[in-house]
Amino acid sequence: MQSSHSASAQGGAKLAAHFASLDVQKHAARLGMWLFLATEILLFAGLFACYAAYRFLFPEAWAASSRSLDLLMGSINTIVLITSSFTAAMAVHYAKEGKNKMVGHMFFLTLLMAGAFLVIKYFEYKHKFHIGTLPGRYYFYDGIQVPGAPMFFTVYFASTALHAFHVIIGMTVLAIIMVRAYRKGDFGPNNYTAVELGSMYWHLVDLVWIFLFPMLYLV
Amino acid sequence: MTPSSSIAAPGAAPGHEAHHEHGDHPSYLVDGTTVKSWLLTVDHKRIGIMYMFWVLLFFLVGGIFAMMIRLELLTPGPTIMDAMTYNRTFTLHGVVMIFLFMIPAIPAIFGNFMLPLMLGAKDVAFPRLNLLSLYVYLAGAGFALWGMLNGGLDTGWTFYTPYSAHTTTTVAPVLFGAFIIGFSSILTGMNFIVTAHTMRAPGITWFKMPLFVWALYATSCIQVLATPVIGLLLLLVSAENLFNLGMFDVARGGDPVLFQHLFWFYSHPAVYIMVLPAFGVMSEVVSTFSRKNIFGYRAVAYSSVGIAFVGFFAWGHHMFVSGQSTFDAGIFGALSMLVGVFTAIKVFNWVGTVYKGAVEFTTPFAYFCGFLFFTVFGGMTGIAVATVSLDVPWHDTYFVVAHFHFIMVGATIMAFLAALHYWFPKMFGKTYHEGWGLVSAALIILGFNATFIPQFLLGNAGMPRRYYEYPERFQALNVASTAGASLLAFGFVIIALYLVWALIYGKRVDNPWGSKGYEWLTASPPPTHNFVGPQPTYPEEPHFYVDPKKAEVSDAV
Repeated sequence: MQSSHSASAQGGAKLAAHFASLDVQKHAARLGMWLFLATEILLFAGLFACYAAYRFLFPEAWAASSRSLDLLMGSINTIVLITSSFTAAMAVHYAKEGKNKMVGHMFFLTLLMAGAFLVIKYFEYKHKFHIGTLPGRYYFYDGIQVPGAPMFFTVYFASTALHAFHVIIGMTVLAIIMVRAYRKGDFGPNNYTAVELGSMYWHLVDLVWIFLFPMLYLV
Repeated sequence: MTPSSSIAAPGAAPGHEAHHEHGDHPSYLVDGTTVKSWLLTVDHKRIGIMYMFWVLLFFLVGGIFAMMIRLELLTPGPTIMDAMTYNRTFTLHGVVMIFLFMIPAIPAIFGNFMLPLMLGAKDVAFPRLNLLSLYVYLAGAGFALWGMLNGGLDTGWTFYTPYSAHTTTTVAPVLFGAFIIGFSSILTGMNFIVTAHTMRAPGITWFKMPLFVWALYATSCIQVLATPVIGLLLLLVSAENLFNLGMFDVARGGDPVLFQHLFWFYSHPAVYIMVLPAFGVMSEVVSTFSRKNIFGYRAVAYSSVGIAFVGFFAWGHHMFVSGQSTFDAGIFGALSMLVGVFTAIKVFNWVGTVYKGAVEFTTPFAYFCGFLFFTVFGGMTGIAVATVSLDVPWHDTYFVVAHFHFIMVGATIMAFLAALHYWFPKMFGKTYHEGWGLVSAALIILGFNATFIPQFLLGNAGMPRRYYEYPERFQALNVASTAGASLLAFGFVIIALYLVWALIYGKRVDNPWGSKGYEWLTASPPPTHNFVGPQPTYPEEPHFYVDPKKAEVSDAV
């Protein structure tokens, strides 16, 4: 039934048959995205609860292990990710003005920085695999021999890996929208929902990192 | 109320068979008959019907496991299987019944079918996401069943660590399957919330939404807020089982009680995912068959939201004996009892609705009566097990098994069957044999009581749950329980027979109950786009049965 789309006036926005108006459709899409983002935050909230519980149980291990992380790499990654969030937001701005080429450029920059984030993360991981600060029974680092240190790295790897997985998903979403902006150029004042929602997802990825960074690296 | 007569059946002229209507507005059942037109449909009604097929199939699977458990427990020693098989059987019974039947049953089947109709919408807000959620559900079920067939697991449906991290049975695929099913649950919940917010037809304000919609809305909120947490937990336990990370393993500094906290943070609200839609169904049924506006509409609506809210703060009552402080246990006990207050609000309002109503004792109403008993009895035992001093001796005995089967399974099955009978004419435009309906309702209510009342007594006498063998003094009650389960199973067989018969040879009907629910404002079965011609108008409340002459004694809020 929803195949009976009717094209609307401007910017290629399509009104699905079951919605009363474009406004309602946009509102529904946005509300759905917010709900989805809420579930994503709750997914990470479970990990935060694990973090809090084990930090309470092993304060010394947490302090020692946290200091062993590479603060410089973590900081660079934070800056990279926040900047990428800015370019993603700019993409929405340009989409509203119908400047499709700029939308594509902005998402391209975002993707570039996302890639840089993953590369830096790769070096961090590689280093840890090398020295043996690994989760659970794989832990073989001699530097920190406090009870609970392997648990820190279990939490570290679980949360950063889940976050990296979200980065990859986000990159896929943004790449698809970028191609749409370059190839079809169909975003405009009446049709920027896809750009907006993709960008919202990217902000979430950024936001989660903003929680993870101080939790794991700073405190 | 004029609309019911004027817009009742523009698309579907009553006839003697459903398959002759190839006019301008065929019903959703005959609009496209290829397999592809069903499998790739985005019509919420067809998706609901497909859910019905699968959910009932899994119900059968879970039911067969239940009968195997009851047969095994017929004698004190080994009866039909060995101990390991028994462990696997009760685990699979739990996993299949909870994740594949109870949680999706009412929202995914009747919610999908009725929610847009009740809101005067042409579909849910995200039809393609809706179809996706069906296939995600099937993918998860496939994973879980694959794991079960390849070794099975023996942890119990609660997957408690550290055992689940160490057992050599196939834990990871089943957990992963449950994780995927959680996604489906989240998608459906999101879809319903957005639909309720954006798709209400002009005239349907929040407080003119049918109570079933309110219940689904509250359920969806729980689904969206609780499911991600168990999703993460299932991932962590899978990782633990596969890679031995030590997250919940005491030997590596992990804390199994943390697992329990995260597990029950979802799984306690999950009880309300199962039972809130049941409450919603009952509000519809009781007002229809009492011919009265629901007593205290707002109180019933708010109490759904109240249960959803309080349900999030009650998880600790599963952990009274897990080393919780006495203070925590007291707080969690008190918060759990609050759920009883909200449930009581509903129960009193339903009873108030029946009071002085023109009751028509049909099959759905029979299930309402059974439902009332199970809810009150199960709810009262719920207050009892929320009391720390009582729960300590009852913990992990058959008392708890009987309690949660009463409130969760009893109430939900009653509502499921009530919904199935109440909305059968709406969904298929046909009706079933009322006599057989009442007979099977009697069998099922009796059978259910006969199954689980002995289990209350067994638990009180000290028989632990999940045990393979038991002392001989428990045998008489176990035999009684198994006999009751057989009666229950027999009741379901009868229902299956007469409903299939009704599907083929049933009498053609449109609105056999004279119901004034919004979903009956269109033809039965509804046309593909739900409404033909002008959109129905909604001048009155959804449960408006009161004779205008008697309006001054109306209980309308």
